[in-house]
Amino acid sequence: MARLHVMERSAAQAVMDDLHTAVEKRLAVSSLAPCPVEFTAAFVGMCATQSCGKCTPCRIGLGVLKELMDDVLEGRGTEKSLELIEKTARTIYLSSDCAIGYEAGEMALTAIRGFRDDFEHHINKHTCGFTQSQLVPCVSGCPSGVDIPGYISLVEAGRYTDAVRLIRKDNPLPIVCGLVCEHPCEMYCRRGMVDDPMNIRGLKRYATEHMESDYTPHHEPATGKRVAVIGGGPAGLSAAYYLALMGHSPKIFEARKHLGGMLRYGIPAYRLPRERLDEEINWLIKQGIEVELEHKVEDLASLRSEFDAVYLAIGAHSDNKLGLEGEDADGVISAVEMLRAIGDDELPDFTGERVCIVGGGNVAMDCARSAVRCGAEKVTIVYRRRVADMTAQDEEIVGAKEEGCELLELHAPLRIATEGGRVSGLVVQPQIIGGLKWGRPAPRDAQADEVTIECNRVIVAIGQVIESEPFAAQGVATNRGKIVTNPDGAIEGFDGVFSGGDCQSGPATVIRAINAGKVAAANIDHYLGFDHQITLDVELPPVQFKGKISCARCEMPFRESIERIHDFDDIEKGYTAEEALQEASRCLRCDHFGFGAFRGGRIEQW
Amino acid sequence: MVNVTIDGRSISVPEHTTILEAAREAGIHIPTLCYLKELNEIGACRVCVVEIDGIDQLVAACNNYVLDGMVVRTATPKVLEARKTNVEFILTQHDSQCTSCGRSGNCNLQSVANDLGVLGLPYEKHLPGLPWDLSFPLIRNNDKCINCLRCLQVCDKVQASYVWDLGNRASHTNVNVAGGAPIRESSCALCGQCITHCPTAALRERDDTDAVWQALADPEVVTIVQIAPSVRTAWGDPWGLTGDEATVERLVSALRPLGFDYIINTDFSADLTIMEEGSELLHRLSEGGDVAWPMFTSCCPGWVRFIKEHYPQLVDQVSTSKSPQQMFGAVVKSYYAEQLGVDPHKIFSVSIMPCLAKKHECALPSMRDACGDPDVDVVLTVREMDRMIRRAGVDVHALEDGAFDEPLGVGTGAGIIFGATGGVMEAALRTASYLATGSAPEEDVFADVRGLDGWKEATYDLGGTKLRVAVASGLGNAAKLCDALLAGEVAYDFVEVMACPGGCVGGGGQPIHDGMERQYELGQVLYGLDKVATYRNSYENPSIVKVYDEFFGEPLSERAEKLLHTDQHAWMMPAEQRAAVAAVETEL
Repeated sequence: MARLHVMERSAAQAVMDDLHTAVEKRLAVSSLAPCPVEFTAAFVGMCATQSCGKCTPCRIGLGVLKELMDDVLEGRGTEKSLELIEKTARTIYLSSDCAIGYEAGEMALTAIRGFRDDFEHHINKHTCGFTQSQLVPCVSGCPSGVDIPGYISLVEAGRYTDAVRLIRKDNPLPIVCGLVCEHPCEMYCRRGMVDDPMNIRGLKRYATEHMESDYTPHHEPATGKRVAVIGGGPAGLSAAYYLALMGHSPKIFEARKHLGGMLRYGIPAYRLPRERLDEEINWLIKQGIEVELEHKVEDLASLRSEFDAVYLAIGAHSDNKLGLEGEDADGVISAVEMLRAIGDDELPDFTGERVCIVGGGNVAMDCARSAVRCGAEKVTIVYRRRVADMTAQDEEIVGAKEEGCELLELHAPLRIATEGGRVSGLVVQPQIIGGLKWGRPAPRDAQADEVTIECNRVIVAIGQVIESEPFAAQGVATNRGKIVTNPDGAIEGFDGVFSGGDCQSGPATVIRAINAGKVAAANIDHYLGFDHQITLDVELPPVQFKGKISCARCEMPFRESIERIHDFDDIEKGYTAEEALQEASRCLRCDHFGFGAFRGGRIEQW
Repeated sequence: MVNVTIDGRSISVPEHTTILEAAREAGIHIPTLCYLKELNEIGACRVCVVEIDGIDQLVAACNNYVLDGMVVRTATPKVLEARKTNVEFILTQHDSQCTSCGRSGNCNLQSVANDLGVLGLPYEKHLPGLPWDLSFPLIRNNDKCINCLRCLQVCDKVQASYVWDLGNRASHTNVNVAGGAPIRESSCALCGQCITHCPTAALRERDDTDAVWQALADPEVVTIVQIAPSVRTAWGDPWGLTGDEATVERLVSALRPLGFDYIINTDFSADLTIMEEGSELLHRLSEGGDVAWPMFTSCCPGWVRFIKEHYPQLVDQVSTSKSPQQMFGAVVKSYYAEQLGVDPHKIFSVSIMPCLAKKHECALPSMRDACGDPDVDVVLTVREMDRMIRRAGVDVHALEDGAFDEPLGVGTGAGIIFGATGGVMEAALRTASYLATGSAPEEDVFADVRGLDGWKEATYDLGGTKLRVAVASGLGNAAKLCDALLAGEVAYDFVEVMACPGGCVGGGGQPIHDGMERQYELGQVLYGLDKVATYRNSYENPSIVKVYDEFFGEPLSERAEKLLHTDQHAWMMPAEQRAAVAAVETEL
């Protein structure tokens, strides 16, 4: 008999691990679908399987709790059921010996409280009141509802122009989105249950890069109605495009030198090459959009009197201040200021400088990576939480690291040290991470001395704000700077004036702004007394059942960091034909298989 | 064209042909449960699965196209096991007590399970046991529902009524009234199309035969039964009678042994409807001024329910004429009672209809105009009537043709075609033309309004007046027509709507043939009978002439208004009720 054994993984344990991974993958992509009560019951049942069986609340309580929830699901619930369910979960939380029990109890309590209406609906009406929004998962996950399986099938069929046409039914900016969309659709992709989610953005990019021909979309007869669009960002462009297709005459008023809004003045060219952006914008303008650049709209009412309707989409282009000592020193600039200059091709020269970036979001990464390209000797991203808590996308963080940026986590800026009115360093307080607060781990000052990071420049990237005060002064309601609208986007008290995009929702993503513009076009059209429909005009190839074929996801490669840090050219390479075809063929066609066959499938017009 | 091999047979079919259709073309049977051509091709039951060479998993034949070079096998061990197991799965949630089920012998689940050799279940049964308001004319029993979702599809896509929805998810998935509302508070038009498209007995009419048996057994009660025009097209189905054999005269003979005292013909009151509705139309036309157009027909209570629920702003344009059933009911307990010398309170008036909405209609408080009792006591669907004939043990094969009781047994061809889409319009035009011009119309001059198109239109000259007419059948088509009217895209003077596709012959109370749409065939039976009828125009009906001479005086007379017309606002559909409550709340 050996005294000790080397731990070996049994075959059964390996299967167990595989199944756990599979469960993780399933859960990761299905959050839009389940009935809340059904899910909570199954969740409690799953937790019960983890119980070792020693302690009462976990061993028996979880099983009892599951049965109570099954009663509700099977129509045996009564008014008293909820009380009993809550008491049961509370006891499991309060009295379990280990985390297997008390965590399960707490999650159950969260679910019961968060889903109270749903539980009651089941009890009173014997049906689920939760809307089934996952008709086609990716389409449901796309803020603009783009027909993703449709265009993927067209890419697979080699019909790239048709793919772009189909995308433009719901999203007029496929070139931009092929390059920079945050692709929330992929989060819900059912292919993730099989191996990996589809690379939807990659396929969109491929379609836009391989269109066979230009085309002109269908325009409705001219209505003679003029609509002013304030702001030429994604929301304004999207609204103007659809309004033009509907036969109206939109005119964009843009305060800056070029159209694009944050696409140009927020996203650096190495992610969104300017020639691609211009190509998209120029095509859109050609569809009947009038543009006036460097025209800042001051007076809403007088503009309204000249047009039949107005769409206010000014974005969020002002910056948040740190409010720290030394912030007004020479060498401290805001992220917005820096990226705006780059957008107008006025590249700052950081040659030989040491640069600190304050912040942990995508904009902080954009600034850091742009600073590298502007010649900075050293770039340090200073963040008060951990890298894991950064809101920037993982690929942005990885990209910044690859390009030589240093990530200094758990350091909170205290003040900016100056010498002769110029930045000489950033003084920071080391932090220690603590418990969750509003769902995110909260840092606090560590028992350690403050540190000074020597630098010549500090770039503050801690969020944008909306320049809504001029409009607020004219009577537009705002809430923490955000423009307040009715659900249809109309601004109360201003007949025929609508608003959307970042200035109404707060800083969000490109695809959300695009959808805001689409929604605005429909509602403005309705306001003007019309009911124009934007319709599908592409015939799709038939669906083919391929059976289960394992095939992992193709990622788009990046240029080597050593090469890319010297220019603002695109860092990412699009798919090859081989990659595009393979990736497109992985689509499970949820528009045809599963619930999509019954309801969903295809939204042919809006 | 694509070339495929199915079970070793090579065939060539057009592109976009499903595997199921291709197999049928090749003479190969693939069982289906949820499939309904064009309406429900969703691959839900997984009974039609087949094997395709090169693919490990099985593929639903009903909603996947054949591709060039595809090799399909429809009956491999893998396929047969999956089909049988899936049917066993379905049966775990199905009340399989076939001996006490109205669809026994006419149930696709039963035959598929039998064909697949299901002899017992290796699984435990879990029936949902959901409650239902059994007093409503439409009954859903989810213990028999197999979630094929056909009811939902026909209700949404064909009838635009959106009554049903998926009530739950996962293993608790069931079809129920959308939002979990009680059926009585739903937008249900009671067209019954969900019943005739249900493969099992999950949906059925409320069975009212007991009340009829009781009345028949009571010697004090005079039982009178009327038979609607379209009943004659399909009543003999359970016995396999052909169209020639299942005449309405034979049906009269089949009902006699049950003990009905008088058997009368709804064709008569269809003619009466034409006299009243036609006169109403002419009256409206002559009135001029700001009369809202078009006038809608009112003979279909499913349509009346629908328009009240969805288009309350158009209800004033619905004719005030009662449906033929209710006109007959009012005549039976007034004029006919007088003729027979019976106390109308002793009359039990039964109506045989291809319809569920008429069960609701006869129970309305506003339908008690003759003597204060309900003008029609009980409405039976054709299926219920057939069950009564079977229960009485009548050998329908051995029966001779019988005759309706006079004088209310006489109908015209115009009355007969009431059962088909366009029939009411054509019948009305024949009489309106006569009333307007004083001369009989040419034969079949108004035949343009026939046919199964969901929305037909025509323009006729009635003695110098141009009359723009439209005919819709199926509530989805009716909704489109109403939307177009409200949007100002179309304009008509007279519009006929029948709730069921193809008209009453396709009614929700007709015998069920799973997967078959028989409206056209059954409608042709009616037009054939019209063609050879002694009288083809309502105004020629001697019984009609007599009843006006002796009782009503003339159409739209005071007595006619009291007995033959109704106030379409006398009762409310759920949406009207909600609007009324909201209006009161706003006032407060």
